[in-house]
Amino acid sequence: MATARLNIPSGTAPRVVIVGAGPAGTRCAETLLAAGLVPTLVDENRRDGGQIYRRQPEGFRRDYATLYGSEAHKARALHDSFDRLRPRIDYRPDTLVWNLTPGQLCCVSQGRHFTLDYDALILCTGATDRLMPLEGWQLAGTYSLGGAQIALKAQSVSIGHRVVFMGSGPLLYLVASQYLKAGAQVAAVLDTSPLGKRIAALPKLLARPGLLWTGMKLLAQLCLARVPVHLGIQPVRVLGDAQGGVSLVQVKTAKGDGLDVECDALALGYHLRPETQLADLAGCRLAFDPASSQWLLELDEAGRTSVSGVYAAGDGAKIRGADGAEHAGRLVALALLEDLQQPVNAAELDEQRQALAVMDQFRLGLAQAFPWPSAQAKALPDTAIVCRCEMISAGELRRTVSEKGACEVNRAKAFSRVGMGRCQGRYCSQAGAEVIAAAAGVAVQEVGRQRGQAPVKPLSMLTGEVAP
Amino acid sequence: MTVQQSDVLIVGGGLMGSAAAFFLRQRGQSVTLLERDQIGQYASGVNFGNVRRQGRHLGQLELANRSWALWKRLPELIDDDLEFIASGHMRVCYREDEIAELAAYAAAPEARELDLKIYRGRELHERFPFLGPDVKGGSYAPHDGHANPRLAAPAFARAAARAGARIEERTEVSEVQKVGGGFLVSTTDGRQFSAERLLITAGAWGQKLSEQFGEPVPLDTNGPQMAVTEPVPYALPTVIGVYTKIPEEVIYFRQIPRGNIIIGGGYRSKPDMLTRRAQVEPRSILNQIQQMRRLLPGVGNLNIIRVWSGIEGYLPDSLPIMGPSGQVDGLYYAFGFCGHGFQLGPGVGDVMAELIATGSTSTSIEPFSIRRFAGTTAQRSKAS
Repeated sequence: MATARLNIPSGTAPRVVIVGAGPAGTRCAETLLAAGLVPTLVDENRRDGGQIYRRQPEGFRRDYATLYGSEAHKARALHDSFDRLRPRIDYRPDTLVWNLTPGQLCCVSQGRHFTLDYDALILCTGATDRLMPLEGWQLAGTYSLGGAQIALKAQSVSIGHRVVFMGSGPLLYLVASQYLKAGAQVAAVLDTSPLGKRIAALPKLLARPGLLWTGMKLLAQLCLARVPVHLGIQPVRVLGDAQGGVSLVQVKTAKGDGLDVECDALALGYHLRPETQLADLAGCRLAFDPASSQWLLELDEAGRTSVSGVYAAGDGAKIRGADGAEHAGRLVALALLEDLQQPVNAAELDEQRQALAVMDQFRLGLAQAFPWPSAQAKALPDTAIVCRCEMISAGELRRTVSEKGACEVNRAKAFSRVGMGRCQGRYCSQAGAEVIAAAAGVAVQEVGRQRGQAPVKPLSMLTGEVAP
Repeated sequence: MTVQQSDVLIVGGGLMGSAAAFFLRQRGQSVTLLERDQIGQYASGVNFGNVRRQGRHLGQLELANRSWALWKRLPELIDDDLEFIASGHMRVCYREDEIAELAAYAAAPEARELDLKIYRGRELHERFPFLGPDVKGGSYAPHDGHANPRLAAPAFARAAARAGARIEERTEVSEVQKVGGGFLVSTTDGRQFSAERLLITAGAWGQKLSEQFGEPVPLDTNGPQMAVTEPVPYALPTVIGVYTKIPEEVIYFRQIPRGNIIIGGGYRSKPDMLTRRAQVEPRSILNQIQQMRRLLPGVGNLNIIRVWSGIEGYLPDSLPIMGPSGQVDGLYYAFGFCGHGFQLGPGVGDVMAELIATGSTSTSIEPFSIRRFAGTTAQRSKAS
């Protein structure tokens, strides 16, 4: 591993800022603190834990087993670690980093703006749902899997009375079983991945037999509760109306039969996509990852980006899950310590690296078992909405390719507005790229990726400025 | 190696180059346009979208009027919708003495066709009740408006291509030579293009080429600062801009029928000319937020969802370089529009086509001649 020396003026302590207080950010802060560095930890949430170990708001009294199921002991361990760190680091919750310039973060907290200077920046920004549109998905009552999970975890609220879970990936089964456990009616679990893919991926998934077992138990629980689980389905459309929202999900089963499932809410998702906007704004290079068929940060083994002094760990770097994020957080901290010419325990470095190699093997297994359904984008009817923010249809997007020659994502965005709305392309840009690539007759990596633009999240015009 | 021949070769596929290609085809000239990246990528595609005549240098209004007449006819001319709306443009100010300056401009003979009307006091706030109490007066231009800059240059280039122009994107010029009575242009992919006449419409890169022909100009590059809000019901058809001498106070906005409010102005950024990217200065956006609350207090609870910049060429007198070369026969320039070229685009294309095809133009462009920098640059090169 190549170290990249960071030059800090002698006699001053390096200013280290971590963005994100999930598993990666927490373990990173802990490792730095143990080495005598006091990091600033900025987090958009009001409480630590990230998405996976999200802490419930004050006043809620659910216990760890209820909230985190089989992962309760890990959630508790991470929260306990954080509680020990909290008084000893500069912790800034409820703070959005909306933009950055070299060496400086632009933050908003409770409507006030301030800047944070950094010598080293560690991005532990996590991931969001990866979504593939289908006809009717703009109807009220369609949520992402992650969104459905947050509603339950944070507010103890179900997205509907009778909920369909559709898509693919481990989150599909996890959220469905969490809903089941919470007492919601799970109308069906509809997985686009056929059984064969999962069997083929078993050798890689066996890298983590414990986790594989947990996944199989989730499936067994759903089956025991007589939840209809269909593998290898093809989504057809969501039906409903503007007033009442979603009422029916139509799919084709693996055998090719039509299947209608009545429901009043749909949770949709195809595994995860990393949040890379800040790294993109910092000028870090991204590269297309053929295994997961998406653009990821170009990183060395330890989490160094292509920009000196900027690091990444956790799902924002590579989708290796919560355990992987804890290891990556520790490893990236060790890499930073190396770059600061501080002594690093070689055995610990090795331990984290080896653990991550196992997680990466499992990551490749998941990508194989639950593939991103790019063919769906090609088959999407012209009338289906691709960009929900701007309400742009697949047909409109295809016309920018066929009539206006826009064979690149940012150009197609400029002509069609796909990816220009509130979500900044989080929901639609990957599917949009697939639609463009299919229309242009080229591979998806040939059409590029949507460039990150500030603000990372919407910036209120009521924002007031405070002195840095 | 085959050399691609045409009557006119255009280097730079922004709005100026694309519109010139279109109008040259209208005049029967064969045209090849070379664009290093994508059509309309830098200044032409990222600007505010003002189709505004008022406030321009008075000597530029004749050209702006010619362009305005073309904007009105655009859908039929190029068979495309650039979302042009002649919605009216209001130039407001915060001080009494500035009202007098706006009134003097409105009274100038050159501004006659603009039909400007000065508002102040109660009449102003009755007509534009959404403006903040600091606004003291303004000049209303009923025929000015706005359009979508992302669509403009590519639409002109497509129309030119349909009319027979050759549009070469991702084609970077490596060398330009004057050979005999014409020009020979080599590109980095090893191709060659030749033409009797050469038009440089390379925007912020224009002076790199003019310099090769012995005509350097003191061109500076800046990144405009743009922001857009989430959509809200369409209620503000008039484009509003602040007239002031205080840079922080410069702000302008327009709402599009889709509902978003587009905001520009304030501090500019320095583009990175190597990576060809320009960043938005965070302080610009914070300043825009502050200035917008002063200008349009009702904007308070909206969110900015996206910001962007681009690369524009500026000259010290805030006027473009436009017209024939002062040194080389058959060479023409139209670049460095100092952040206000969008409205002029169709007119510049039409005038340059007329000039190149006929040898003269009926519209006065003398103030924009590259010769105005001949003395200063000669002195400068002597000094260095």
